Amino acid sequence: MPTSQETIEQLANKDYKYGFISDVEEERIEPGLNEDVVRLISQKKKEPEWLLDWRLKAFGLWKEMTEPVWHNVKVKPVDYQNITYYSAPKNQPKLNSMDEVDPEVKATFDKLGIPLEEQKMLSGVAVDAVFDSVSVATTFKDKLAELGIIFSSFSEAVQEHPDLVRQYLGSVVPASDNFYAALNSAVFSDGSFAYIPKGVRCPMELSTYFRINAAQTGQFERTLLVADDGATVSYLEGCTAPQRDENQLHAAVVELVALDSATIKYSTVQNWYPGDKDGKGGIYNFVTKRGKAMDNAKITWTQVETGSAITWKYPSCILQGDNSVGEFYSVAVTNNHQQADTGTKMIHLGKNTTSTIVSKGISAGFGQNTYRGLVRIGKNAKNARNFSQCDSLLIGDQCGAHTFPYLEVRNTSSQVEHEASTSKVDEDQIFYCRQRGLSTEDAVNMIVNGFCKEVFRELPMEFAVEAQKLLGVSLEGSVG
Amino acid sequence: MLEVRNLHASIGGRVILNGVDITVKAGEVHAIMGPNGSGKSTLANVLAGREEYEVNSGTVSYDGSDLLEMEPEERAREGVFLAFQYPVEIPGVNNAYLLKAALNEVRKHRGETELDAMEFMTLVKERMNVLEIDQELLNRPVNDGFSGGEKKRNEIFQMIVLEPRLAIMDETDSGLDIDALKVVAQGVNALRSPDRSTIVVTHYQRLLNHIVPDFVHVLSNGRIVKSGGKELALELEEKGYGWIEDATSVPASA
Repeated sequence: MPTSQETIEQLANKDYKYGFISDVEEERIEPGLNEDVVRLISQKKKEPEWLLDWRLKAFGLWKEMTEPVWHNVKVKPVDYQNITYYSAPKNQPKLNSMDEVDPEVKATFDKLGIPLEEQKMLSGVAVDAVFDSVSVATTFKDKLAELGIIFSSFSEAVQEHPDLVRQYLGSVVPASDNFYAALNSAVFSDGSFAYIPKGVRCPMELSTYFRINAAQTGQFERTLLVADDGATVSYLEGCTAPQRDENQLHAAVVELVALDSATIKYSTVQNWYPGDKDGKGGIYNFVTKRGKAMDNAKITWTQVETGSAITWKYPSCILQGDNSVGEFYSVAVTNNHQQADTGTKMIHLGKNTTSTIVSKGISAGFGQNTYRGLVRIGKNAKNARNFSQCDSLLIGDQCGAHTFPYLEVRNTSSQVEHEASTSKVDEDQIFYCRQRGLSTEDAVNMIVNGFCKEVFRELPMEFAVEAQKLLGVSLEGSVG
Repeated sequence: MLEVRNLHASIGGRVILNGVDITVKAGEVHAIMGPNGSGKSTLANVLAGREEYEVNSGTVSYDGSDLLEMEPEERAREGVFLAFQYPVEIPGVNNAYLLKAALNEVRKHRGETELDAMEFMTLVKERMNVLEIDQELLNRPVNDGFSGGEKKRNEIFQMIVLEPRLAIMDETDSGLDIDALKVVAQGVNALRSPDRSTIVVTHYQRLLNHIVPDFVHVLSNGRIVKSGGKELALELEEKGYGWIEDATSVPASA
């Protein structure tokens, strides 16, 4: 016999649940994956025939593939037939004011210093008329359009710029690349598309003003960025605010195309739900990110990975053109029972290509942090240069740090350097800071931020400030 | 200001302090001397609140409060400053950044407004004139790649900016050449005032030529075995620590 309290709770939950589902019912399909589902997704999105064919081909490849097992993470088996592959954009329940938001979530927002209006949007609170996201977005879109810059959702781009999408989709990450990339190619939900025309320098950080909308693109996100000859663009992905999702598996694909003398800077802050303190729940983030740089082009990946139960991600550069440059700056944090296997691949094909890898792994609690990196210098990549630096920081004695660098050099004129270090946040450093008046938490924060400095300075200013705070929140309770 | 009564302390089960008694009044400078292993650094670390040291018995009262009950950062905010014998390196953390955070913690505790970057730099430049400190030192990571002398100078510089009420110098003179020694002394003397006190822990008398103490205590086997005025330091210099140890090893009943 349930107590009255339980009954009330059940009732409350039920109402919430029903209210939620009735809105989206007709836009949700049965779990499971087969050719019909792929056709249905394409049809719902009113996609052209060529894209459906592309998806179907990817699906055919995926069926023949098996999940990779080489990584240094323990993954519970994913039942791919128990995933729903299409649902319309989520309708979050609308709240009337910030008072209705979960106090814990609100506290995190405050710690991160997220502006109030953004907090409201993130938590689904009706937004004041003064700050209308749609109108802000439109203003920026007009400004971008004047310069010929295209920036839209992936689905929109398929409708409005099919030739561009068709030309570059899968040109950097083919569907056959790996298990998760093939899956994404078959069923991708939505994502972003950007094209910067020849010689244009994009006047703003793309997605700064759109990141809230971008947070709801679903579990199989697809992003394609093309910078034409001499173009420059800086793109921000993700959000420091904690992101929860019903879907456990996230398999995104990001492709960057930097044509001759173009520059693309791609910065990510990832804070997906990491699971609880005992390691229950949490998102599996299996992402394929790769960029192709033509003559004199430059691609910079900067990532701050603090969330997810499992992170599996290797933002890479194919340095195809002569004198092209690839950079990878990464901070990956694993606390509690989080696992990360992340790093990069720098594939040097052109002459005088250079790449830089700076990876900072922080492990706390029972976290396991793996750096995996490949530097491959082809036989035609004369005078190629690579510098790699992999530093690991351990907090406590239950966590682990692992480094797997792979170097393949196929000519004699190239230089590859690799430096690695592992250190602990030591008691003496903490005591020193405390003796100067800082709390233990602030001391750890300061030491960890110092450790990550080389990566943070690559981030756009306002993002860097949030990322520093995020690191503090992620490591809360890891010492003492 | 500080009253240490019958303090017993140990580290890793080894007893180091065997009943130390010291009283430091506001405005006084006390020197604590003694041979290696006598417990000088242990005393300094216990006063700062280092957790590896276990206080077995005794009391320490600071301005009437129980110092031993306070967390290290509370002691610091209340004005207890330890100039470390071996200042640690914190790679990647800007020296000025740590100092600003420390100063603002102290100010917050005192109910004063926190300084912004501009105000902080103005203050720092003003204090820099007291010591011969290169501004470049401020922009480097905390003690990272500093020479021994630079590390000690940096400790003194932090002290000058934080203006502690009780400064404890743990063998700040060790490994310093005469010029650096003078800079350290300059810093300590600049802070001398009727409401501030200093404890200078040292092995050698030479620092006391530059920082003239009001009292000198000799620590031996974890206990103060002799106290006196500044002339005691000279006597020690002349006769060595053996003199004290010989004198005190004679049983009291003899």
